[in-house]
Amino acid sequence: MSVLELRNIVKAFGSNVVLRGVDLAVDEHRVVALIGGSGSGKSTLLRCASLLETVDDGQVLLDGEDVTDPRVDADRVRRRMGVVFQAYNLFPHLSVLDNVTLAPTAVHGRPRAEAVEEARGLLARIGLADKAAEYPDRLSGGQQQRVAIVRALAVRPRVLLLDEVTSALDPELVGEVLALVREVAGQGMTIVMATHEMGFARQVADTVAFLDGGVLLESGPPAQVLGEPEHPRTRQFLARVIDAGRL
Amino acid sequence: MALRRRRRARPVLSTVLPGGALPPPSALELERRAWRTRRARRSTLVALASTLLFAVVAYLAVTRSPGWPRVQATFFSPSAALDALPEIAEGLLVNLQVLVVGGLLVLLVGLGTAALRTLRGPAWAPLRILATVYVDLFRGIPLIIVLYLVGFGFPALGLQGVPTSPFVLGTAAIVLVYSAYVAEVFRAGIESVHPSQRAAARSLGLTHRQTMRIVVLPQALRTVTPALLNDFVALQKDVGLISVLGAIDAVRSAQIQVGQTFNFTPYVVAGLLFVLLAVPSARLADAVTARARRRQQSGSLL
Ligand SMILES: Nc1ncnc2c1ncn2[C@@H]1O[C@H](COP(=O)(O)OP(=O)(O)OP(=O)(O)O)[C@@H](O)[C@H]1O
Ligand SMILES: [Mg+2]
Repeated sequence: MSVLELRNIVKAFGSNVVLRGVDLAVDEHRVVALIGGSGSGKSTLLRCASLLETVDDGQVLLDGEDVTDPRVDADRVRRRMGVVFQAYNLFPHLSVLDNVTLAPTAVHGRPRAEAVEEARGLLARIGLADKAAEYPDRLSGGQQQRVAIVRALAVRPRVLLLDEVTSALDPELVGEVLALVREVAGQGMTIVMATHEMGFARQVADTVAFLDGGVLLESGPPAQVLGEPEHPRTRQFLARVIDAGRL
Repeated sequence: MALRRRRRARPVLSTVLPGGALPPPSALELERRAWRTRRARRSTLVALASTLLFAVVAYLAVTRSPGWPRVQATFFSPSAALDALPEIAEGLLVNLQVLVVGGLLVLLVGLGTAALRTLRGPAWAPLRILATVYVDLFRGIPLIIVLYLVGFGFPALGLQGVPTSPFVLGTAAIVLVYSAYVAEVFRAGIESVHPSQRAAARSLGLTHRQTMRIVVLPQALRTVTPALLNDFVALQKDVGLISVLGAIDAVRSAQIQVGQTFNFTPYVVAGLLFVLLAVPSARLADAVTARARRRQQSGSLL
């Protein structure tokens, strides 16, 4: 059984139909890279999956449970997912440590001492132990995103949803964030990531899925989708990306 | 919950080298510092001199005008001021009580109203509409009319248990009007928090209420503190309006004395006392605003 399964997801904003029936199954310990042009709906799909948006049709299944059922408590479902956005993830009025311990204590009701200890361990692993007492605006963009990832991991989610976590960063900071994602993937976390970093997708993802015109036009192993794409639209998109120097 | 609230470290003025100690300042830097000190001293002197000159000119212009002796006797009589001061000061205590009680109530009611207005979903519609109507209504009516309506209307109902003290009714009227303003200030603050912050909080599994309490409100409060302090300064003088209901506050005490002596100096005394009350809050508001601006310029997300 897949950890996360999207079935026929439909989402429109007014008359703008962004997703027209997207199917995607993500098995345990797998990494799926979601690619597609700007405005193709990658963020929308991830927001639907994390129940931050209400789908207009279709289902999201988490460990086989239909979590789009209105009788399901969305707050409880979100506790089982970790989400990191492009920017504005950390709470600027809380220290780095409090950012990381917030969900474990306030949402999961774990004792503060225990949460602090675990948070310090996580921060140490990303080399930011000495920043625990700092406030987010004293950190570089790359450090902030790494803290955001660690914060999402602190609740031990079943699946990690990453939405272009490096696209707001200066190029020299991208590497440190991707290295952390790679490490987390290596430890067996199930991940769905929207990304423009094709090189990274090729190395880390098990599956690359190309979103275009509101549907998943093509998905498969990176070598296939990025190397020998079947669909002309995929080839066009990749050609544009290569022109932009992203591959 | 034991989240530590943000406390700012002092801004680091000079960069400390990786090696540790700051290198001794160069001759150039020493010369620059000396020049800045000299310039600061000169600016202070210029400011003092021009202020003094202005004061002297204004003083001479006023005191040499033909009507001055009469104005001085009726408005600025030192002996009348001394006579009036004790009772006016006592009355000011009443205003201060209204200020403290009213100020706290305004914060609570304003925040509650703002929170009601941000609720989404059809079940909350009645409360949301009620809050909106309340804000529109009481932001529109002049405070003095609310004072009359509440202060004279309620007792006229003759209901059991309705307080008739002008102190209570005056405070209620002020709270009604100011809470409407403050609710709008809070709402603007809540809406100024970046929507991603809410999404980030919800995606961590926080409920709507936890998100408001732990993530949105603390950030909103920080943004609106300057505006709130300005409203507080306005409230400080408007508490003097409860005198129209007959509460013996500073203004009413002054009025009584004016009526007895036909000298207007007590009004001036009461006015000065209100100004003295307002100055510290006004300076505090300025300082907080400046601090907020500095923070906005230095701190950024990503
Ligand atoms: N809250 C919203 N209200 C209205 N329209 C929206 C909203 N969010 C997204 N859209 C629209 O949905 C479409 C898809 O947006 P989305 O952010 O999902 O694209 P994306 O693939 O993530 O693009 P990018 O690579 O630029 O991040 C766009 O046309 C956008 O205008
Ligand atoms: Mg996006």
